[in-house]
Amino acid sequence: MNVFRKILRVGIATEDLPAVPPDTIAVVRDIDARARRLLGRAVAIRQVDAGSCNGCELEITGLSGPVYDLERFGLHFVASPRHADLLLVTGPVTRNMEVPLRKTWEATPDPKLVVAVGDCARDCGVFAGSYAVVGGVDAVIPVDVTVRGCPPEPAVILQGILTALGRLEGRR
Amino acid sequence: MTSLPLLLFWVMVAAYALAAAGALAPMPRLTRSVGAAGTMLGGAAGLALACLVLWTSDSLALEAPDVLAVAGGLIFHLDRLGAVFLAIVSGVAIPVGLYGGQYTTSYDGRYSTRWMWFNTSAFLLSMSLVTGAGSAFTFALCWELMALSSFLLVIVEHDREESVRAGLWYLAMTHAGLLAILAAFFLMGAASTGGSFASLRDAAAQLPAGTKNAVFLLALAGFGSKAGVVPLHVWLPRAHPAAPSHVSALMSAAMVKLGIYGLLRVCLDLLGGGPTWWGTLVILCGAGTALTGVLYALVEDDLKRLLAYSTVENVGLILLGTGAGLLFRSLGEPAAATLAFAAALLHAVNHAAFKTTLFLGAGSIIHATGTRNMNLLGGLIKRAPWTSAVILVGALAIAALPPLNGFVSEWLLFQAFLSGVARSQASMAALLTLGVGAIALTGGLAAATFVKAFGISCLAIPRSPAAAGAHESPGLMKAGMVLAAAYCPLLAVFTIPVLSTLTGALATVGGLPAAEPSVAIGVTVKTGHSMGAMSPVVILPVLAGAIALTWMLVRLASRRPVHSGDTWGCGRIGQTPRMEYTSAAFAEPLRRVFSEMYRPTEDTAVGTTRDASPYYIQSVTYQARLHPWFQRAVYDPLIAAVEAVAGRTRRLQSGSVNAYLTYMVLALIVLLGIVIGF
Amino acid sequence: MIAITGVAIEIGQALLVLLLAPAVVGLIRWVKARLQNRRGAPVWQPYAELRKLFGKDMVVSPNASWIFHAAPFVVFGTTVVVSLLVPVLITPLPFNDVADLFALVYLLLLGTFALALGGLDPGSSFGGMGSSREMTIAALSEPAIALAILSLALAAGSTNLGEMAARTVANPSAALSPGHVLAFAALFIVMLAETGRLPVDNPATHLELTMVHEAMILEYSGRHLALVEWASWLKLTVFLVLAANLFVPWGLATSLTPGALAIAAISTLAKVAVLAVAIAILETRIAKLRLFRVPELLAVSFVLGLLAVASSFSVR
Repeated sequence: MNVFRKILRVGIATEDLPAVPPDTIAVVRDIDARARRLLGRAVAIRQVDAGSCNGCELEITGLSGPVYDLERFGLHFVASPRHADLLLVTGPVTRNMEVPLRKTWEATPDPKLVVAVGDCARDCGVFAGSYAVVGGVDAVIPVDVTVRGCPPEPAVILQGILTALGRLEGRR
Repeated sequence: MTSLPLLLFWVMVAAYALAAAGALAPMPRLTRSVGAAGTMLGGAAGLALACLVLWTSDSLALEAPDVLAVAGGLIFHLDRLGAVFLAIVSGVAIPVGLYGGQYTTSYDGRYSTRWMWFNTSAFLLSMSLVTGAGSAFTFALCWELMALSSFLLVIVEHDREESVRAGLWYLAMTHAGLLAILAAFFLMGAASTGGSFASLRDAAAQLPAGTKNAVFLLALAGFGSKAGVVPLHVWLPRAHPAAPSHVSALMSAAMVKLGIYGLLRVCLDLLGGGPTWWGTLVILCGAGTALTGVLYALVEDDLKRLLAYSTVENVGLILLGTGAGLLFRSLGEPAAATLAFAAALLHAVNHAAFKTTLFLGAGSIIHATGTRNMNLLGGLIKRAPWTSAVILVGALAIAALPPLNGFVSEWLLFQAFLSGVARSQASMAALLTLGVGAIALTGGLAAATFVKAFGISCLAIPRSPAAAGAHESPGLMKAGMVLAAAYCPLLAVFTIPVLSTLTGALATVGGLPAAEPSVAIGVTVKTGHSMGAMSPVVILPVLAGAIALTWMLVRLASRRPVHSGDTWGCGRIGQTPRMEYTSAAFAEPLRRVFSEMYRPTEDTAVGTTRDASPYYIQSVTYQARLHPWFQRAVYDPLIAAVEAVAGRTRRLQSGSVNAYLTYMVLALIVLLGIVIGF
Repeated sequence: MIAITGVAIEIGQALLVLLLAPAVVGLIRWVKARLQNRRGAPVWQPYAELRKLFGKDMVVSPNASWIFHAAPFVVFGTTVVVSLLVPVLITPLPFNDVADLFALVYLLLLGTFALALGGLDPGSSFGGMGSSREMTIAALSEPAIALAILSLALAAGSTNLGEMAARTVANPSAALSPGHVLAFAALFIVMLAETGRLPVDNPATHLELTMVHEAMILEYSGRHLALVEWASWLKLTVFLVLAANLFVPWGLATSLTPGALAIAAISTLAKVAVLAVAIAILETRIAKLRLFRVPELLAVSFVLGLLAVASSFSVR
């Protein structure tokens, strides 16, 4: 029963989202209003690692923890792209991951959104010009929102997702 | 005597004889047509005869004392108990005949279809006559004819060693069983009283308890072996797959039921029931048979052998009901006994229906793809939709899922056991509780087995070029399969009439309470003392209505389009059949859970290059074998012992004519001594 | 007239359970979130998920056949029919005659069968794995369920649901009898296995190799996914209602007066909520069992059922 005593002692650890740092989140395309309306309060996210160094993944892992808690916004991670509404893509798209990324996008039913996380996903970051990469995520699939950072903080990633959904004003 | 039953009887006999005579026809096509038509007509006549006997107070009595007078002549007496099994045999014959006509075209040119149809007709005729046999001699004669004709059918594909070995196993075991049955009849006094069942029944009252017990054990061994009781069932998984599929249907659906018939006839009718341990033994045999059957069916890759083991499982369930009936009768609970026997008989009828469906469906798969190995099948639902639909219906029925007939009889078995537990002593209650657990586990494992059988064979993508090139069955085969499949929901909907007929058939048999030969019409199956009530007639439309309503509401709620996209495989490129689940893989978790029973052996051989360095691997061979425990524990030692004795006896065959003459003279002296001595 | 009222009551009751099911799952998730020291999604989140799924397109594999399309409807239909048989507010139900506990269990097995076939149909390895594991767990939980039903039937004299509830209401001390308590324990373990909760299956896992139920539905999207998810929530709710109203049936209305119905509604909701919170706390405390340890857990449930039968038998 130690675990319950500890739970009670710690209490709710979730923090409110801070203000968005400038120049971090960019909306790349016009996002379909129907998509935003449909995905209002229940969004399933499929995370795709298109060749990243896993720095962004470590930050994304924090999102489902108590401090950042993406579930309070109605977001949750899913395993299959068929269940997903939003693809969270990291990494410069390596040559080996180009086709799988494309297949993941095709396997996701409409309406869907894509959020590219990290400098690598935006423009290959430190790997730009390498023989092993194809380009940013937008070279393979259409991207809606990019989040800059190497890696971006979990709060910023979360704000990027909420921006894609058009819900940034509600921070709770 | 020109009564209707007698007329129907002669029509049935004539129809089967005509089908057999068709073997003499000059063209194979005529043989097949005459054979199929005769079989169907015989089946229809037999079914009509059985229904007539069951629903009216008519019965059939036919005596021919001059035929084979030295053995007491032939006596036929079809009473209601026999009529139930005649109905099963005839009911199965109709779709089998319809199907077999076209199915046997694939045997043309390779094997003799004349001989096949002759034996099929002889098989059906002898099975029908067994149900009506009225004396021990008639019974044994028809039983042996049944065994011989089915043996000849098992070895139809005589160039395959597997079929011939299956035939040998079958021949040996059926004759061993016949010996036991004859010994049982002999002990009952058949030799002295002339052997008619009426006289045996009267004589049984005077038999000492030890003789009755011996008769019971011999009957259980002999009839049980025919029915498929573990460990005497080993011929079944060999013989049923080897025979042509429509004959496998006849064997699984009809012939094994005659084993049950023999058991009921001897133990319940002639002997009039016995002490409590009879019922206990049969329950234990039934539980063991059911669990062994389903566990071995689960790990089978060969579709027909899976169905054969599933027959063993269902026979186990029927025996559980029979044993419960014998037990309750000996404890003085006639109402509970009738319920248990009725449940067993209902399961026999239902099993005949869905096993026929499944074997005819399996036959269509073999016809379409040429293989029985489920690891080479797949994707048939798009290439052979009717075959797949028929197998789905059979699978749903055999997995005891509502609203089909398998569920009804399994429910009734549960209720029979429940009512027994409520009204018995602690020791019996413990046994019956374990029986309930066995039935439930068997039902669950059967559901898993048939998800595998249907899912791996018919769904997803074809695993071999043979399956990819599959085609639908031709018209008459389709018609036969669909007719058999139609039996399943019909038997579920008409449960009340069927059940009341069966209860009527059990009336006054072996001291069970009397009942009018009536056909009740009703909706809800109710068991006595309001222990439970269930209505398959209500479940079917409510379920269908719920599904239809859901479909309509969902169409209204959402009209979003459907796109096509590759099966999700984590983004890998391309999908091959190697990525699908196989039949062995599907059963693997359960195989691990029950590994103590299966004792699988696994061999991994790593082949290296010529340098013999262990790091340069050229090939890895993996073999997994499952040698059944009864084979290992019972038959292998037995066969080894027989071979050892035979090997030693071979020394008598010295090749010297003088030695053989000496043996003959010695034998003559001994015989003369015996004759003079007595 | 009576028949029409009866049908209306049955349908109303089924609708109530159907509409309540997402809230029950939402409650479990909310309590688990709080126990993980985070705010979590609100209790009505599953309703939002269903609404969203009905608005999504579907992506279907070209390997899939009509079985794939039919399976969600079959599993949903069977679970709805089961909810018609369960005493939610009233006992005895108008169509109590056919409310047999065995029929209920086997109808749920039909749903599992259909979903297992739907998992095999697209030909993916994950689907096959999910189907295989799901059928293994379903097969091994059958004996435990049968014995639990047997012990309840021994106590009540019938396998009819209405009779069982009525017998416990009439005889309050029977609710605390060892047979009853043991049967409840056996059924609770089986419920965890059948509805895919920890320690048998983690409903929130993303690792395919740890999935059982999730693996079968990886190919479903859009409205089919909505049906499958809703059916699994409904199955959980039905089990909770059954556990609540068979073992603690006080509060169930025996007449159709508004007062009795209101009390019944509140008491059933309260009982289900208590059980849901208990499941959430249990899921927080224990970890998922390895697949090949699950048969041991189900064997424990079987033994509990056996003890329940022995104890019901001796006090019958």
